[in-house]
Amino acid sequence: MKPATKRDDSRTASRRRPGRRRWNSPLVVVCGGLLSLFVMMIGCLVAADVSYLLSKGTGWIHDLDSRVIDQVKFALRMSLATSLTTLVLIMLTAVPIGYALARFRFPGRSLVNTVVDAPIVLPPVVVGISLLAFFGYGAGKPLRMALDSLELSIGSAFGIVMSQYLVAVSYCIRSAKTAFQGVDPSLEQVARVMGCSEWRTFWRVSLPLAHHGIVAGGVMAWARAIGVFGPLMVVVGTGPRVLVMPTTMWLELSTGHMEVAVAIALIMLGLAGVALTVVHWLSPEGAAV
Amino acid sequence: MSAPGLELRGVSLRAGDFAVREVSLAVPAGEYFILMGHTGAGKTLVLKAICGLQEVDSGEVLIAGRDVTDLDPCERGIGYVPQESGLFPHLDVGGNVGFALDLAGLGPEEAASRVEAVAREVGIGPLLGRRIRGLSGGERQKVALARALAREPRLMLLDEPVSALDERSRGEICALLERVHSERGLTIVHICHNRAEAEALGDRVGVMNAGRLESIEERSPAK
Repeated sequence: MKPATKRDDSRTASRRRPGRRRWNSPLVVVCGGLLSLFVMMIGCLVAADVSYLLSKGTGWIHDLDSRVIDQVKFALRMSLATSLTTLVLIMLTAVPIGYALARFRFPGRSLVNTVVDAPIVLPPVVVGISLLAFFGYGAGKPLRMALDSLELSIGSAFGIVMSQYLVAVSYCIRSAKTAFQGVDPSLEQVARVMGCSEWRTFWRVSLPLAHHGIVAGGVMAWARAIGVFGPLMVVVGTGPRVLVMPTTMWLELSTGHMEVAVAIALIMLGLAGVALTVVHWLSPEGAAV
Repeated sequence: MSAPGLELRGVSLRAGDFAVREVSLAVPAGEYFILMGHTGAGKTLVLKAICGLQEVDSGEVLIAGRDVTDLDPCERGIGYVPQESGLFPHLDVGGNVGFALDLAGLGPEEAASRVEAVAREVGIGPLLGRRIRGLSGGERQKVALARALAREPRLMLLDEPVSALDERSRGEICALLERVHSERGLTIVHICHNRAEAEALGDRVGVMNAGRLESIEERSPAK
């Protein structure tokens, strides 16, 4: 029998590195294969938009009515203004609500959790119909009249912000809740003994330690808000003063301007891409990559 | 005669199914008191009751003669070193040591000089700008001790501050605790599991079992 040489030993060692994943194992083939297919599917959709526009050349831009261009510019400004206003409202409310859900124990907590998560699973158009019912026929009628007197009609930018808020806020609440749950309660206890009131402990310990998750939740919620479509069609419609990117995209599609609709879709894809990059960059896993 | 540094009068409390019953104890000002017992004996619960982090069902907690039973943890003026140091990972060492010194009425300059002085005393001067993540277990415990001392409390509560450390760091921290205690004349209540450590440090050793303070042993003549 041939004695094992040094070279043979080193080869064997390189083949049997413990913990190293084998790229031909069934698990890697199935999971990795599906992952690749999914990434390809999304990539194909984006590529289809880009190639459609490229196939049309740039001539269609010159052929466009200036009214359409102004409309798209207005929709872009309106989308940014309303979604950023919504983001401010979301951050002001989702952070305290997320903290309450993470730290307080009270009767009916699981029911409250379900209610808070409801907008995530509801079809967005249901939010629009509920808003319309609330301000049109229910207890919200006097509120609507009061808002009308302040020139905050439900059919104006106010309605856009309300719709975006109700559809998107749960994403941030959920993220904030998870972020606060990840803060070691013993650190908050130490801060209390060190002389901080509950309020100061929140500002000095809980919030700084949870801020990555909160900011990531805010970005996700903003990306969701800027893409809201169904409730807007119900609540504010497609009037020229209430157009945002998704409703403009639909309007252009319905009037045969496919190129404009695809161009808006690409702008929205770009915004979503930026938002998701920020989220991944802020998450601890993303930072580690 | 001056009031004890810490006094518990018939303190009872519950946490889930576990109950601490009728714990009475007087720790004279300046004494180093060790609280021992098996895991689950109720030592940490008693410590949390003294801090105000655990609600007391009956009985009284007095610090330097003042009834603090119903006071918020932030109003009790206690120095606290929890298990595994409890350092704030979003602050550097200096930020941890100087944490909330503004609430103790110190201006920024006064707070900075207090931080430097305590860091020198505890031997962590060179670490002040370092992040918490890179510190060893022993360094973390020193920072936690410095943070507790920076507010100049009269009563210090230490919850197993050396149990997770290697032997060398343990000896170093124990020597530091002994020095700080004698130099500052602090009243210290220290939870530990190690009999040798208890006898080396403590003036008296209280032994808890199943939620009761079973016995209090006087200091060993060797100390």
